Amino acid sequence: MNKQIKTSAPTDSEIVFGILNNSESAIKRLYVAYFPMVLQLIVNNNGTADDAKDIYQEAIIVLYNKIKKGDFELNSKLKTFLYSVCRRLWLKRLSQMSRYGGDLKDFQEFVPVEEEVEDQHERNLQFGKMQSALGLLGEPCKTIIEDFYINNKSMQDICERFGYTNTDNAKTQKYKCLQRLKKLFFQQK
Amino acid sequence: MRDEQLLETIERYLAGSMNADERRAFEQLRMENAELDQRVIEHQQFVGILKHYGERVELESRLNAIHSEIDVHTLVEEATERPAWIVQLWRNHHSKISVAASIAIFAILGTLFVTGSLSTKSGYEEMVREVGKLRSDLTKGKYAKVTTPVRTPVTSDRYRGTGFAITSGGLIATNYHVIYRADSVYVQNYAGRAFKAKVVFTDANSDVAILKITDTAFRELGAIPYTFKKSESDLAENVFTYGYPQDSPVYGDGRITSQNGFDNDSVDYQISVPLNPGNSGGPLLDSKGNIVGIVKAKQAQMEGAHFASKSSYLLAALDSLAADSNLRKPVLNSKNSLAGLSRPLQIKKLQNYVFLVKVYAKN
Repeated sequence: MNKQIKTSAPTDSEIVFGILNNSESAIKRLYVAYFPMVLQLIVNNNGTADDAKDIYQEAIIVLYNKIKKGDFELNSKLKTFLYSVCRRLWLKRLSQMSRYGGDLKDFQEFVPVEEEVEDQHERNLQFGKMQSALGLLGEPCKTIIEDFYINNKSMQDICERFGYTNTDNAKTQKYKCLQRLKKLFFQQK
Repeated sequence: MRDEQLLETIERYLAGSMNADERRAFEQLRMENAELDQRVIEHQQFVGILKHYGERVELESRLNAIHSEIDVHTLVEEATERPAWIVQLWRNHHSKISVAASIAIFAILGTLFVTGSLSTKSGYEEMVREVGKLRSDLTKGKYAKVTTPVRTPVTSDRYRGTGFAITSGGLIATNYHVIYRADSVYVQNYAGRAFKAKVVFTDANSDVAILKITDTAFRELGAIPYTFKKSESDLAENVFTYGYPQDSPVYGDGRITSQNGFDNDSVDYQISVPLNPGNSGGPLLDSKGNIVGIVKAKQAQMEGAHFASKSSYLLAALDSLAADSNLRKPVLNSKNSLAGLSRPLQIKKLQNYVFLVKVYAKN
């Protein structure tokens, strides 16, 4: 019954170099190529299409971070790696929901990826904390922080956008915002 | 304010926008001041988390955009494992199928009942009845006991059979069915001399009878040339008989064709030795001159199917003879003088020990 869904997949090195070069199309091709495989895994193991989307995107992020970190070694095919991560994540999700019957129906071979999944779990925690800290920060602090630290805007731009009379005022504001953000971030458990 | 300036310095350092001198001075300061070093690392990490957050938010929105272009519904259709069509059919229609099957069973049973196929006239039953008929034929005597009723009107004996000596002292073995209607019994030897005998033992079940020659004219026979086989003989073993279906002795040979007799009766062998009325009670010997049985009957309807009681039943009869009568247990010959001889010589030696049994009865 293990029918394999066939897709015209891009080669692994194409994807890796594409991601390293921030290529939009590389991610898209990767995403489109292996989504059906993961969908098959999830929907045949008590999951929905939305579950498949969540799990798959998380796995893509794991892969993306791994490649971006620069120490990515191609120990297995990307396909196998993605499948293994999704499988692991879904097992975790199932046991959290106590829907796991102890028998996962597999469609592909897979490799151990516990480490990656654990790392991802850490990052998810940080991500969640940052998200809620930024949410609590309120405007204009949130935008100032995001513009400066994430979008790499200059203080000059920020100054103009928020109508500060000079950059020093803006810098002081940014400093206060950052201190509050740190406080909010580290207060959370 | 000092803290704010420090942060700006750290940020400039991390962003790499210091000039070489400034950078060297800051690194020097960082090495000397552990607290400053800690601040730098902490800030770097926090900004890292921030950047990471930003990247991820951006990546997720990109992935969502990609995802929205995928026709998920069709893929779900494709990816879902469909059970085999027969299982689906069953799941969707099992109630209807059950009803249809019940109706079909009733219809078939009903048809069979109406056409009479369920009654006992089936082919199988007929076969059983045929076997039953054979059995009734057997009891009616159609299954020819190989005794001859009144062979010649001149003689007054009514039945004839064959018998053979068990001991040189005049104990003769024959079939129960040869003598059971007897008023008196005579045995006649090869030379034509007849001696009066009496029945000393019968066993209707194994169809064995033991006679004792009581005639005063009887002289002891010589040493019995044959021995009695205790064990069962093998299928296809070569066997022969010698008896009196007529006034002169007749030889016949063949093989053991079954270790069970008529209707699977384990008392008998089935043999392919030609038998005629009058052979009953004769010895069945194997090629080495052992008595393996007493020939007794042929089945009327079956060509070539003849029967002989196994010698073990004769031996058992001799055992019970000693127990049931005042006769001593007969000492059986244990020295076989037939083995190794050619068949004509075996017969020549045998002929003095095989008798024609004449049975006289009132009707």
